[in-house]
This record gives sequence, structure tokens and C-alpha cells, in this order.
Amino acid sequence: MYLKGKAHKFGNDVNTDYIISGRYKFKTLDMKELARHVMEDLDPEFYARIKKGDFIVAGKNFGCGSSREQAPLAIINADISAVIAKSFARIFYRNCINTGLPLVECDTDLIEPGDELEIDLNQGILKNMTRGIDIPITPLPPVMLKILDDGGLVEHFKKYGTFNLTEK
Amino acid sequence: MGKTIAEKILSYKSGKNAKANDIVIADLDFVMGQDGTSPLAIQAFNEMKAVRVFDPKRVAMVIDHSSPSPLQGVSQLHQQMRQFASEQGIILYDIGEGVCHQLLPEQGLVVPGDLIIGADSHTCTYGAINAFSTGVGSTDLAAGIVSGKLWFKVPETIKFICNGKLPPGVFSKDLILFLIGDVTADGATYMAAEYVGEAIKDLSVEARFTISNMAIEMGAKCGLMEGDEKTVAWVKAHSQRDFELVQADEDAEYARVLEYDVSDLEPQVAKPHTVDHVAPVGEVAGTRIHQGFIGTCTNGRMEDLRIAAQILQGKKIAPDTRFIVAPSSRQVMLEAMAEGILQILVEAGAAVVTPGCGPCVGTHNGVPSDGENVISTANRNFKGRMGNNRAFVYLASPATVAASMLTGKITDPREFF
Repeated sequence: MYLKGKAHKFGNDVNTDYIISGRYKFKTLDMKELARHVMEDLDPEFYARIKKGDFIVAGKNFGCGSSREQAPLAIINADISAVIAKSFARIFYRNCINTGLPLVECDTDLIEPGDELEIDLNQGILKNMTRGIDIPITPLPPVMLKILDDGGLVEHFKKYGTFNLTEK
Repeated sequence: MGKTIAEKILSYKSGKNAKANDIVIADLDFVMGQDGTSPLAIQAFNEMKAVRVFDPKRVAMVIDHSSPSPLQGVSQLHQQMRQFASEQGIILYDIGEGVCHQLLPEQGLVVPGDLIIGADSHTCTYGAINAFSTGVGSTDLAAGIVSGKLWFKVPETIKFICNGKLPPGVFSKDLILFLIGDVTADGATYMAAEYVGEAIKDLSVEARFTISNMAIEMGAKCGLMEGDEKTVAWVKAHSQRDFELVQADEDAEYARVLEYDVSDLEPQVAKPHTVDHVAPVGEVAGTRIHQGFIGTCTNGRMEDLRIAAQILQGKKIAPDTRFIVAPSSRQVMLEAMAEGILQILVEAGAAVVTPGCGPCVGTHNGVPSDGENVISTANRNFKGRMGNNRAFVYLASPATVAASMLTGKITDPREFF
């Protein structure tokens, strides 16, 4: 998977309430509608600035808080192609793989707002084109790659009817 | 090498010799979703082309987060849950039954040694009765409902040894807020927490739930406690199921061991807008409070309501303040009525709302207005959490909330004990 876009930067401990507030997510399963409110409590103008394929870049513990899967779904439906952070909270991490939102763990201090980034997920390479540097990334665990390769957990279950994660 | 509680439960349930960082596929004892997460899980269930749930007696859906429905859109989602429950014969807790994390242990559905997933991050609550329970998203929930299994990375464990006795007026909520403040919001990410020591043993099972409930606020996958005679008595009073306690081995390996003496602990408050932004109550005492809230899966149990009633008996809340109480279940509400606790709270000025999540998640039941300060017994104070990103939420024990309602300011509750 090859991804290209601009960086939108956020801080540490971005919780799932900030990604999509509870005051919206209980109302509807229309993810395009939820996407319009992505990150609204941190930056009300964020959705308007997104160009298709852009990246959310953040500090540590991205996605902490509630288990709402509307968080990765709102990000996907806002046309963000991946989230890049120093570290991720556990439930959010699983939810992203299950719904097919790529995650990249790396030192995001090497990325500034507006930087042009290119990511080759299969090769495990992140290039900061603006600064002309390659940033090492932490590879995904094999079980997660298997689920991502199948197109998310729903597709995995459609294919096998249950978990089939023993073979890489 | 011995094993932690998490390693033991995941070994039993996977049939493997599971050690930290292994990946296992394990059998689930119980699977739960609430109204914020179940509709997406039902959608995923259908997309997976699944026909039946793995075992209807071990699947529950709980309508607690926006309950009763405040909006047409929510009503439609609730209806999907009712229809799915009826078609599949699973357990449904409809409006007024209570918060999912109160209901599962109270109704005897989960017992020590169980492996439980819930599509709600505070599913870690049942660690207090020696069960491995953890929060997942809707698609993992759907996979669990379909197969009765889930894959897990066996977590490393961080052990919190809490020595000494909590002073009067200081409660399990103060202890867990203090621990979260100490290790921060990601201090236990990807790990299981084990809470042990004299201070934990001294707590009632109800008070222990408060601690395990907030394990997720330090990033933990579960918040485990060893079982003791109190655990056994409490579980037997609520469940017909057989169970065995699971204890950590003496030589179990821990990622970190942290030791505390709680004898001098003061009441703690988490300041806006993060749960690890914790200070002793004295540091924020005097802060004007517009609304107080006692309830939630953290602190809406009988013991919590009794503490509030003890402070508020025969008194009135301060002028220009509002006080909302949400008993954590119908059973808690009935007990509180029978004991006269609700009478005391309502006479003091409380607005009692439907058993459930109440205003905690910002969908209804008391959204604060711009610039207002709220003191709450909930587990999260993120900006916008209660439905307004221009309000400020402080988290504290039921005692601190009740004492603060009397003065209209954040107040140290120790003078009442």
C-alpha cells in the first residue's frame, strides 16, 4: 500500500472523544456525516482543510479513551489515508486494523505541519519529502498485517467464517 | 517461571501455555455491547454473513448510554438492538435497567476466572472480581458474537502494591485517581494492571470496582485483582455459576512493580481536561461548581449513594448549583429507595435520572453550559465529554462531590468523616 499526502499535526493523548464527540456518535451510523465533525473539539476548521489522502500526525497515546469504532471510521470517511503517531492506545489500534485504517508508529518529532509525506506500508518506509529524510517505522505485528491484508476483520470473517491467523 | 493472573486466564482460555507478548486465540465466557457500539457490531455481523450468535445466553446488549432515547436517530439505533436481540434470543437490558458494567456482575453473568469482552472501554471493571475483561470495538465484538473467540496479545503486567490503610474521608476513587496521576494516561498501555496490597484487601468489592473500572484511564487492557473471601462472598450472592479464583504465582514476572503507602493519601481531584491531571483536593478547593453528578459505572453504586446521603442528610445543596444523581442500576435504585437514601438526596435538591450512564457521555441528562464547572464521579473529563467543549469537568469521589454540592465550591470532604 502506497500513500501520499500532507501532515496535519496534533499533540499527545488525543482521545476518541476528540476524534468524534459522543454528542454526534450516538445519533447515526452515517459515517460521512460523523466525518464532518472529526477532531472538532480540538480544531473546528480541521475537516475543511483536509485534502484526500492527507495524514493525521500526532504524539504519544493517540486514540486513548473510549472503544468507539466511530473514531477510525470518521477518520477514514474524512479521507485521511493513515494516522502517524509516536504510540497508539490499544483498543483504537485494534479498531483501526479491523476497519482498515493504516497506522504508522514512528518519531513524529521529525514531521512538521504541512510536510509532504510518502509511505510505503509494504516496505515499511516513511519519507518526509519536505525535509528530505527517511523516518524508521515500527512494523505491524503479523496477525494485524494478516487482517489488514484481508481488508479488515469483516472481510477476514467472510473469507474464513472464524479467526484464521496461524499462517502469516 | 510463574504466571501473572492475565497469563493464567489467557492460558486456560486458549489451551496454550501463554506468556506475555504471545498471540493467542481464546474462548470467551461472555460478550457485551452497549447502545453506542452495538449497532455497528450488528452491521458487521450482517456483513460477515453470519446467521446465529455463538451462544445467546452469553451475549448481552445494554441500552444505557442514551437511555431513554433523547432523539429520533438514537431511537432507530435502539430499535435495531431490540430487533437483533429478539431474533437471536440474546440478553437485552432495555432502558432503566442500568449501566452495562453494573449489570454484568450484579446479574451474576460474569465470575472470577472468566474471559470477557465488551464493546465499551470500561469493560475492565470486572477485574475487581478476578476476571480478565477488556474493552474492544464493534468489529471485534461482532467477531466475538459470531465465533465465541477473539485473538489477544497476552499483556505484560504492571503491579501496583498499595500498602497501609486509607484515612477517613479518602476512598478507592481517590486512590485510583492518584495512581493514574502517578503513571499518567499511557503509563500502562498494552499492559494488564494488578492491584494488590492491604489497602486493596480492605476495600469492599463495590469500592474495588471503582479502581478496576479506571484501569483503562492509565491505558491498561484490564485491571485485575486477586480473589479473596470478599470476592467469593460477593460473587456467590450474585451468581449461581461455579468458579475458581485465579491468583498470580509468587515468581510471576512483571514489567513494573510500583509500591505505595496510602496512609497519608488526601482526597484527589482530576482537573480539566485529562484524567491524569490530578491534584490533592486542597489545590482546587474553593473552585466554583455549577453542577455536580454522582453516578456512572465508576461510582453509582449503593455505597456511593450512601456516602452522599451521609453528607447531605437534612441539608440543602448550595443556591445556584444543580445536582444530578443516576443510580447505576434498577436494583441499586430500588435498594436506595428502600433505605431512604433517595429520599435524602432528593430532599437535599438532587435531580434523580434514569439508571444508566446519565450525563457522563454528553448525550442528555445534564449537558453543562459554556464556562460552567462540573464536579463528577465519572471516569473521564475530556474537553466536550459532557456535551459542551466550553465546560470544565473535575473528577472526584462521591464524598467530594457531595461536600462540594453543599458549598457550591470544590470542598474537602474529610470534615464529614
